[in-house]
Amino acid sequence: MSAAIEQGEIAARGFSFWYGEKQALDDVTFTIAPRAVTALVGPSGCGKTTFLRAINRMHDLVPGVRQSGALELDGAALYAPGVDVVALRQRVGMVFQRWNPFPRSIYDNVAYGPHINGVRKGDALDAMVEHALRRAALWDEVKHRLRQSALALSGGQQQRLCVARALANRPEVLLLDEPASALDPVSTQRLEELLRELRQSLTVVIVTHNLQQAARVADQTAFFFMGRLVEAGRTEALFTAPREPQTEAYLTGRFG
Amino acid sequence: MTQSQTAAGGGRHFHDQLAALQDRLLAMASHAEELVDRAMAALRARERALASAVVEDDAVLDALELEIEQRAIALLALQQPLARDLRFIIGTIKVSSDLERVGDHAVNIAEATLRLLEIDTPLDPRPELAELARRAGAMLDDALDAFVKGDGALGRDVCRRDDEVDAMLEGLFRVLLTHMIERPASISAALQLLLVGRNLERVADLATNIGEDAVYLAEGSRSSTIMATTRSRHTRRSLVRRSAHLPEPSTVYCSSWPGTFDCCEAHSFRRHRHGRRGRAA
Repeated sequence: MSAAIEQGEIAARGFSFWYGEKQALDDVTFTIAPRAVTALVGPSGCGKTTFLRAINRMHDLVPGVRQSGALELDGAALYAPGVDVVALRQRVGMVFQRWNPFPRSIYDNVAYGPHINGVRKGDALDAMVEHALRRAALWDEVKHRLRQSALALSGGQQQRLCVARALANRPEVLLLDEPASALDPVSTQRLEELLRELRQSLTVVIVTHNLQQAARVADQTAFFFMGRLVEAGRTEALFTAPREPQTEAYLTGRFG
Repeated sequence: MTQSQTAAGGGRHFHDQLAALQDRLLAMASHAEELVDRAMAALRARERALASAVVEDDAVLDALELEIEQRAIALLALQQPLARDLRFIIGTIKVSSDLERVGDHAVNIAEATLRLLEIDTPLDPRPELAELARRAGAMLDDALDAFVKGDGALGRDVCRRDDEVDAMLEGLFRVLLTHMIERPASISAALQLLLVGRNLERVADLATNIGEDAVYLAEGSRSSTIMATTRSRHTRRSLVRRSAHLPEPSTVYCSSWPGTFDCCEAHSFRRHRHGRRGRAA
C-alpha cells in the first residue's frame, strides 16, 4: 500500500464483470474518493450492486463469475492472487438492504467481529462495543439493555446495529446496499445523518434507488446504466445539470 | 427502459403537469406583452380610457404569477424534479416574476400617459419611443421562445441586443434634453416621455433576465460573459440616470439565483430583480 494514497480510496480501471455469459459490468473506470459518501444510482440491473459487492469480493462463492481489469483499495489490487479475503472484509464493512442482526444480544452482535479477530478481554471488548454503538448513533438508545435480544429493537435500530457491527471491525470503507429501503422516514433520516457523520472517518459507498436520498447524503454520485458507468461527479452538479443525455433522461424519467 | 425503471419525478402525470405549467407561463407572457403594447397605443392615441384600462388589467398578471408560483411549488414538493425539469421549474418561477414586473412597467407607461394628458404644453411622442417599444417587445418574445425551446443561442442573442436598447435610451435622452433646453415649457412633458423610455428599457432588461434563464435552462450553467456585459452596461447607464434626476427605486433584498450574489453590483441598475416586490419605480 502506498503511503501517498489516503486510506479508503477505491479505484476501478477498466473493470468488467461477468455472471457466466452475462456481462454485468463493462469497462468501469472511476475513483471513489476517501472520506466521502459516494452514491451509486441507476435502474435495476444496471450493475451498481454488482460493483458494490465486488469491492469486498462478495461474488467469490458465486459459480461462474469472472472479472477483468483492475479494482484497487488504496492502490492494492483486490483481485490479485493471494489477497486475504477475510482481512479485506475487515477493512471493507457491508450493510444490506434487509437488516440481519444475529439472534443474539445487542452486545454480542457488535462484539462478534472483534471477538473472532482475537479481542477476548472483557474491558477492551466493552470499550469497542461502546465505541461502535456510539459511532452508529445507537448507544444512548440501547446502553441500558445491551444484553437484550437484538431482534427486540425497531427496524431502524436493527439497521443501525448492523452498521455498528460493521464499524466494530474499524473498517476503512463501509458499503451499504439499499440500507434505508425498508425504513420509515424518521429512521431513514437518522441513518442518513449517521452516514454524513461517518464520512469524516471512513469512505462510504451506498447503492440506492432513492434519488432524493443520494442527493441528500452523497458528496459524489455515479450513474450506471446497462453495466456501464455513464457519469460520475459531484452530486450537486450531477443532479442539477448532468453532462450526459442518458443521465438527464434517467433523472427526469424520460428514458426509453 | 420501462417507466417503472425510471427515476422519481418521472411519469406521464408529472410531464402533463409540466406542460400545463408551461402553458400558463406562455399565457402570462402574451398578456404581459399585450399590456405593454396597449400602454404604448394609449400614449400614441392620447387615450385616457385606454391608459386606465392598462392600469386595471395589471391585476390579471399578478394573479397569473401567483398561480404559476403555486403550481411550481407543488411540483417541487410533490415530484422532486431533477436536472432539466428542476431547472425548468425554477426558471418558470423567475420568469413569471419578471413578467409580472413587465406588467408594472406597462402600468408606469400608462400612468405617465395619464400625466401627459394633464400637461398644458404637450409634446408629441418621439419616434424613438416606438422603436424602443418594438425592440423591447421583440426581445421579450425571443427570450420567451428561447426559454420554452431551451435555446441557449437565442437566449444569448437577446442578452446581446440589450446594449442596443440602452444606446437608444441614451439617444432619446439627448434629444429630449435639447427640447428642454430650447423650450423650458416642455420640461414636464419631456420628463414623462423620458420616463416612458426608461420603462421600456427596463422591459428589455427583464427580457435579458429571461434570456439568461433560457441559457441556464439549456446549458446548466450561468454564463460569465453575459454577466460581464451587464457590468459594462451598468457603468454607462448610471450616467443617464444621474443626469436625468430620475427617482431611485428602493432596494430591500436580493432574490437573485444562488451563486449570483457577486452579480448584485453588476445588476444594480436592474432593480427589478433585486428590488422590492411589487410595483417597480
